[in-house]
Amino acid sequence: MSERSLQFKGVSFHYKESKSEQSVLILNSLDFDVHKGEFISIIGPSGSGKSTIFRLITGLEEPLNGKILINGKEYPNRYGKVGYMPQQDLLMPWRTILDNAALPLELKGIKKQEAHKRVSDLLGEFGLKGVEKKYPGELSGGMRQRVSFLRTVLSGSSVLLLDEPFSALDAITRLSMQEWLLEQWEKWKTTILFITHDVDEALFLSDRVFVFTEAPVQKLVEVHVPLTRPREIRDINSPDVIAVKEQLIEQLRKQVTS
Amino acid sequence: MRHVKDYVTPAILIVAIILIWEIVSRVIGMTFILPSPTEVMVKLYDSRNTLFLVHLPATLAIILIGLAFSIFLGVGLAIWMSVSKAAEKAFYPIIISSQTIPIIALAPIFVLWFGYSIWSKVVVTLLITFFPITVNTFDGLRSSSKELKELMLTMGASKKDIFFKLSVPSALPHFYSGLKVAVTLSVIGAAIGEWLGAKAGLGYFSRRMMTQFDGAGVFAPIVLLSAIGIVLFLIVVVLEKISLKWRRTE
Repeated sequence: MSERSLQFKGVSFHYKESKSEQSVLILNSLDFDVHKGEFISIIGPSGSGKSTIFRLITGLEEPLNGKILINGKEYPNRYGKVGYMPQQDLLMPWRTILDNAALPLELKGIKKQEAHKRVSDLLGEFGLKGVEKKYPGELSGGMRQRVSFLRTVLSGSSVLLLDEPFSALDAITRLSMQEWLLEQWEKWKTTILFITHDVDEALFLSDRVFVFTEAPVQKLVEVHVPLTRPREIRDINSPDVIAVKEQLIEQLRKQVTS
Repeated sequence: MRHVKDYVTPAILIVAIILIWEIVSRVIGMTFILPSPTEVMVKLYDSRNTLFLVHLPATLAIILIGLAFSIFLGVGLAIWMSVSKAAEKAFYPIIISSQTIPIIALAPIFVLWFGYSIWSKVVVTLLITFFPITVNTFDGLRSSSKELKELMLTMGASKKDIFFKLSVPSALPHFYSGLKVAVTLSVIGAAIGEWLGAKAGLGYFSRRMMTQFDGAGVFAPIVLLSAIGIVLFLIVVVLEKISLKWRRTE
């Protein structure tokens, strides 16, 4: 567990405001490490800069100061280095499920036939057998999220960033998707960063929870989840976890009221 | 046929209009002012050889050549404007203002430039049809989702990838909308061009009949022109259905 998948070293960032000269700092020399194979949840109220972290890691934004290291290396261009799964499924309505999932392979220059074969091999595991010829418009929300996740996995990256992937799903579908995600993660042995604003979801899924506190974010409050793996959903009702949950909610409430 | 019901009302309406027309024109009894539908059909049948073998091909050639140029230029310009802000700023106002010029008034000038050749008519058709194609394609190219573009960037997509795998598919439905408008306008363009100066074509035939006070002769080629418009429109609809299969799933 000593190898690091992701490191932020003194990262500062603010969005460029087009109109006013002054811009609000979102991150202020932030440091954190994510170990290889860890499942990290990032929690915080909306607008606290959770998604900004992802935009920085993927390379959509560049930090003002500091370094972002992926698997120990600093890249001048981080595009294509991590797998990013956005909040909406963002499937292309004109592509079949097969072609949608094959997109990252296609962009890497892998031949269509080979790409299709690799997608087909995984369809069963993602519960998508038999729908590969369908279009996204014909699938339910949960299915579409699975396609989106399959596409993220096929990016081949060892670090996956999931931005509130289940927030649009109903409670039941959501629960089964969470269980399914854990199962997949254990199989893939990837590092996952998972944004959510659901405390239960964060506790059930992750090894550590990062809490976004005051803005600009200078230091992340880190909470270890006192659970072993494999887990079941009822485990989050154990006294240890409930204590942690109360602590988390306390942290979050402090920010909302202050 | 599931949609038979959809066609019943318009069919009844059309039959009713034709019937009223027939009755009114018989009551008035002045063929050169208002020929009856049956007279028009008789004329169409009597002049079938010249209409179908000489004038129809001439007009069709103008329409198809005009449309081909229009698609080529319109799509090209739309792509250029979508990739270059400078091109957009330079061309967009000109394209919009070009639509305020009455093309009919300009057509005689094209006759002066290109004579009675096919090109004077092609230019009129081009000018009248390229606007819907350019503007729709341009809007379509710009309509592609910003989130999808960012997602593709995070996957390491190049500009070329984003253009072909995102912008083009996003623009396609808009392009078809533009093309549907353009094919119906192309018939008007060709007819205007022929009215003003031609040696053959349906518009030319119609105009010649007018000078002879042959009302049915004026209407017969118009029936054909509108049939061309409808057939072209249907062809575009079929192409659209084939290439945008996914739209039925939305």
